[in-house]
Formats: sequence, structure tokens, C-alpha cells
Amino acid sequence: MKRHTLSVLVQDEPGVLARVAALFARRGFNIESLAVGNTELEGISRMTIVVNVEDSPLEQVTKQLNKLINVLKIVELDAAQSVEHQLIMVKVHAEQAVRSQVIEVAELFKCKVIDVSHESIAMEATGTHDKIQTLLNLLEPFGIKELVQSGVVALARGPRSITDRQGK
Amino acid sequence: MGEQMTGAQSLVRSLEHAGVTDLFGIPGGSILPAYDPLMDSKQVRHILCRHEQGAGHAAQGYAVASGRVGACIATSGPGATNLVTPIADAHMDSVPIVAITGQVNSSAVGTDAFQEADIRGITMPISKHSYLITDPRQIPRAIAEAFHIASTGRPGPVLVDITKDALNAQTEFEWPETLDLPGYRPVTKPHAKQVREAARYILEASRPVLYVGGGVIRARAAAELAQLVELTGIPVVTTLMARGALPDAHPLHLGMPGMHGTVAAVGAMQRSDLLITLAARFDDRVTGRLSSFAPDAKIIHADIDPAEIGKNREVDVPIVGDIREVITELLSVLKAERENGNFGNYGEWVQQVLGWKGKYPIGWEEFADGSLAPQYVIQRLGELSDDDTIFTSGVGQHQMWGAMLLNFKQQGTWINSGGLGTMGFGVPSAMGAKVAQPGRTVWAVDGDGCFQMTNQELVTCAINEIPIKVALINNSSLGMVRQWQTLFYNERYSNTDLHSYRIPDFVKLAEAYGCHGLRCESAADVDKTIKLAQTLNDAPVVIDFVVHKDAMVWPMVAAGTSNDDIKIARGLAPEFEAGE
Repeated sequence: MKRHTLSVLVQDEPGVLARVAALFARRGFNIESLAVGNTELEGISRMTIVVNVEDSPLEQVTKQLNKLINVLKIVELDAAQSVEHQLIMVKVHAEQAVRSQVIEVAELFKCKVIDVSHESIAMEATGTHDKIQTLLNLLEPFGIKELVQSGVVALARGPRSITDRQGK
Repeated sequence: MGEQMTGAQSLVRSLEHAGVTDLFGIPGGSILPAYDPLMDSKQVRHILCRHEQGAGHAAQGYAVASGRVGACIATSGPGATNLVTPIADAHMDSVPIVAITGQVNSSAVGTDAFQEADIRGITMPISKHSYLITDPRQIPRAIAEAFHIASTGRPGPVLVDITKDALNAQTEFEWPETLDLPGYRPVTKPHAKQVREAARYILEASRPVLYVGGGVIRARAAAELAQLVELTGIPVVTTLMARGALPDAHPLHLGMPGMHGTVAAVGAMQRSDLLITLAARFDDRVTGRLSSFAPDAKIIHADIDPAEIGKNREVDVPIVGDIREVITELLSVLKAERENGNFGNYGEWVQQVLGWKGKYPIGWEEFADGSLAPQYVIQRLGELSDDDTIFTSGVGQHQMWGAMLLNFKQQGTWINSGGLGTMGFGVPSAMGAKVAQPGRTVWAVDGDGCFQMTNQELVTCAINEIPIKVALINNSSLGMVRQWQTLFYNERYSNTDLHSYRIPDFVKLAEAYGCHGLRCESAADVDKTIKLAQTLNDAPVVIDFVVHKDAMVWPMVAAGTSNDDIKIARGLAPEFEAGE
């Protein structure tokens, strides 16, 4: 199985997310990560979808996605030619004895501390999937009390935009 | 500024602008506002059905018989969910229909209100597109888009769900002159380079087969196909959905491929070195076990839907486009090649496949007790019918015999449920076909199981003067399931005996419904009963053909096995090598 990142431009209409998600489910694909938001163009949203799947079924699901009337464009982003980041917020056990160690890890990963209490520290971090996984592995021994992650968002490198020619 | 009116009036006006002349449906609470202005429409004839499923299948039959979009209408909740089967059926078989449903008031949506069902959500995976309209100003645009989407590209069903408050509200009507669908641009013109590549494969092949699918019927490309066959001399198979795309009597027509295909059609595909696939989709009922399907064949696959290409079978030459344009382009390239002295040499191959065709025609054994063979009934029905007679069918043995034995002469004369396999399709789709083509004879070839699912539409036919004819192949059982029990379940007939030998009495049932009821129980009476039915045009006719329940559909490729294991009768395989 290979990890693929798809950027999907869609018309910002009710039910679009349900259509896309249902299509993945119906064809038997598990969405690893999904992020949806507005773009610089009014009425057009962008979904970043990460899936683990072989090439040929991915081609089939891409073609099926293209058949959805509200889907405007699908681009598979090449990991080497794009930047992919996600955001997490994590609350970690941090009593007096280990607090400085937790802060040290946070600083090492350029995390931002967003909340502190007597027995916990909450921080946010952004970065690649691998960086986030490494951070979580290091925080694990202290005891993760709560974890929330955004979907991955991704952008191709270089001057061109995938929304070129999508404006009216 | 548009004209002021209610949302309901706007809906009816929109349907008129979309060209609707016939609408099949049943009213109910949420759609009630639309039925009031519908009463005044001079253009739209509403046909009051007896079940929404019947209305949906009628719209399908209408669409296939007319080549236009079929339309049906129902209320919210159960009215809408009763349309789910026809919508799914139309999706599988690429039939252009628009289904209009009423929805509860927008303030009640999501509250589990009386007769509320999320029909847009329910139909999402089984429709080409769907709308939920809560703002009456959006009604004309939604209807215009729905008819455009249903009828263009790969045709399919589109649902427009409209809340009751949107129908009741005042709005202004303005028919959109242009449509803005940036995410919907079906490719119809094939890529010239791909067409030339296909031509090269065709010229180099030595055992080519034209594998013709239902898209050829949808594109009305029979004339172009006939020219292609004449020009190239390549043998043809037509799938269940493509029956009639080339007359069955054409010498190069090998018949239907697949699970109940002819020996020649199945054998030719298995031994082919090139399948020229025209708007077919490598369905499992055609390919048998996919890994052993046509193992030596290179594949040209032309289809209007890019997602079909390469879905089941890897392709050597993909062509996306309208199949009529594809065949036309291919013809011009092949004609130019011929003028330069380049044409295929398939003589030996054609001799071989025609040998199989001659040696293994569709046949059956008569029963020793003199009871009626269903195959004989269906064959005679085909022989006694005019060339333009339209046949619809349910699903099962009678459908397979119909596809094999009716002897089709024209495109659009065979209307059945292929992909979804919907029992009960026959009577309501015949009703729709007859409304679309009132001047032509329409026969539903039905089984007693199918008939009992949807026969209430005979009432609709009788009252609305839609004189369809039903050839009921009554074997008192769910015949195809029974056949599988015979072959694969040690003749243990679990729940397949319908006891419909006299319960219901189909003749009395027909008469109770305002139809003519006839019965035929012997071969000697078949012709005269059919001929009598042909003279009865003041009301629908039902002929109860009481047939033997042990008749089986042959040839057969058992589910999940290789097409190489085709049997012409129980335990009997054809001999291909001796076919010369």
C-alpha cells in the first residue's frame, strides 16, 4: 500500500463532503486524513485527502470522484514536490518532577505551549506527518492525556497554483 | 424580471420548458402543492400509477423507448423511498430519468417529521446527481440541470427533492438560458490518435471480436455499427443490454455473450486476440471468472465514461467518447486504410466461429408429458411479431430466453433490467414504453414471480388506455433460483415454489384489472393465442402461458467459474476444436 495525497477542488455546496466521503467508503477505501476549507476563490473549497491504497485502485477512485458533478479538479501531490503539514494539540502529564523535561521536548520540536496547570501542559505543533509521529513518540512516556489532530493540508511547490483557470 | 408565481407553478413550468410531455407519479402530502398547477398543464400528461416503483420503471421504459428523458414524481418519505429501486436500476443501466420528490417543510427537515426521509442522502450512491431544493428561486435551474445531466454524457438518474415550503412560496420564474456546470464536461469527441491506434490493432488482429454493449443502444449507433461490421467483416457479440444493436439474423452476429451466452459468442471471446469493446463494461455476468476471461485478447475499450475504462480489465487502447462518434471516426480511418490496400484478414477465424454458431444454436428439449416449453412460446412470440415490436422483461429465466430467442431486428426493441436485475421491471417498463411509442406493439415477457411484484400497474394501463400485452411465462416458481437449486443445491427447492398454477388465477386477475385474460397450456394453442392477443387493442392483454417448471436456461457458465467451462446442457460441454 502506498500513501497518496489528493487535492480536490469542489464547488462549495451542501452535501459535497458527504458525496466524496461516501464514494471512498463505497469503493472500500479508508481515508487516513481529510481536511476541508475555503480557497482564495469564492465558492470553491479544497479538500486534502490522504489515503493508503495501491496505484490502480487509486486511479479508479479518482475517476469516480471526477464523475461527481460538484468536483472540479483532482491533483495527486507528489511528496517530493509539495509541502504537507498537519496541526496537533496535545495535553501531557507534567508534574513538577518531569515538567522541565516535557518543556525541553516541546522546545526541541518548536511546539507552542498553549496551556499549563499543576499536573499538565498543553501544546500545539505543526509539521509533517513524520515529525508529528516522532514528537508523539517522545511525549508518550510522560503520559498523553488528550490528543486532537487536524487533517493534513498540502501545497505544491513552485509558482503555479492548482486553482489556475478555475476562476470565472 | 421573471414572472411571479408559486414554487409549485415554477416547477410545472420548468418541466414544460424541459420538454416533459408525460409524467408518471402518485401524489401525497409534501408534493401536493405541485399537483394543483399540474392539473392545468396543457403539455404535461400525468399518469397516475399504483405504486411509485411502477412510476419509476415506467419512466425508464419511456426513456429507453423514446430516447428522451423519462420523468416521475412522488411525495416525501415512503413515496420517495419507493423510487429507490428504479433510481438504482437506472443508475446501473445508464437510463436517463429525472425523479421529482416532495420533501417536508425545510423547518422540519432533520426532525424525523411525518413522512420524512433523507432521500437525497439515500440516493447519493445510486444516482448520477441529486438536489435538495429549499429556495423556490432555484427550482428552474435545478430542473434544467437535472434534465441536462440525466441525458448527456453517460446517461443516468437525477433526483430533485423540493421542500413543501419552497413549493408553496411565491417566487419569480426565469428559465436559465445557459447552464453553469464547471465540474461536468463529458468528453464526447474521441481522441484521433487513439482511434488511429485502434484501427492499427484491428488491421493487425487475426481473431477479432466486436464486443458490443448497452451504450451503443443509448447512443442509437446501430446504423454506424452495421457499417463497421460490413466494412471489417468482424464477428459481433451483443450483450444483454445491447440486444438489437445488430439484427440477430446478421450472419456475423454470434449472439449474446456471458453466463447464458451462446457457445459461439462465449467461445469466440475466449479465443479472440482482440476485443473491440464498444460501450460495454466487462460485467461479471459477461466475463465469468475475470482472471481467465479472453486470456489472449488485446483490448480496445471505447466508452463515454472514463471510469469504466480499465475498471475490470486492463486496456491496450482506451478511447473516451460518444460511441457513435467513436464508430464514425473508426469507420473513416478504416475506409482510408482500405483504399490504401490495408484491411484485416479474418477469413479463417470467421469460418471457425461460424462453425460453432452452426453447430451450437440455442435449443431446448420438449417434455415427454406434452407440457408447454417456455422457450417455444418466446420463440413463436418473436416470430409472430412485427420488426418494431418492443419487448420488455422481468428478471430470470424468461428474461434470458427472451434475450436469446426473440430474434431482435432493431435497436431499442429490448428493454430489461440488466445491471441491478430488478424483478418486476417488465409490466411498468412496458407501460412507459407504450406511452412513449403508442403506435407500436409493446409486449412484456414476464415470469409469474416478477409479475406478482408489480402487476398492479395493469390497472394504470387499463384506465389510461395504455394497451400493453403481457406474455406471462408461468412455471409456478421462481424459475432461475429453482434452476440454481437444481444444479447447485441437490434439487432441494427451498422456497421457490410459488404455487401459481391457479393461485392467483391470472386470467381472472387480468379481467379484474380491466384487461383481457387468456390462457394457453399447449404448443398447439400458442400461435392462435398470440394472434388473438394481437387483435385485442382496446385494453391490455395478459396471456397466462402455463409452462413446465423444469425447463432450464442453457448454455450456462456457472457463477464464479471460467467461460471455458461453458455447458450446453447439464454436464455437457461443447467441442470447440471440432467446430470447423
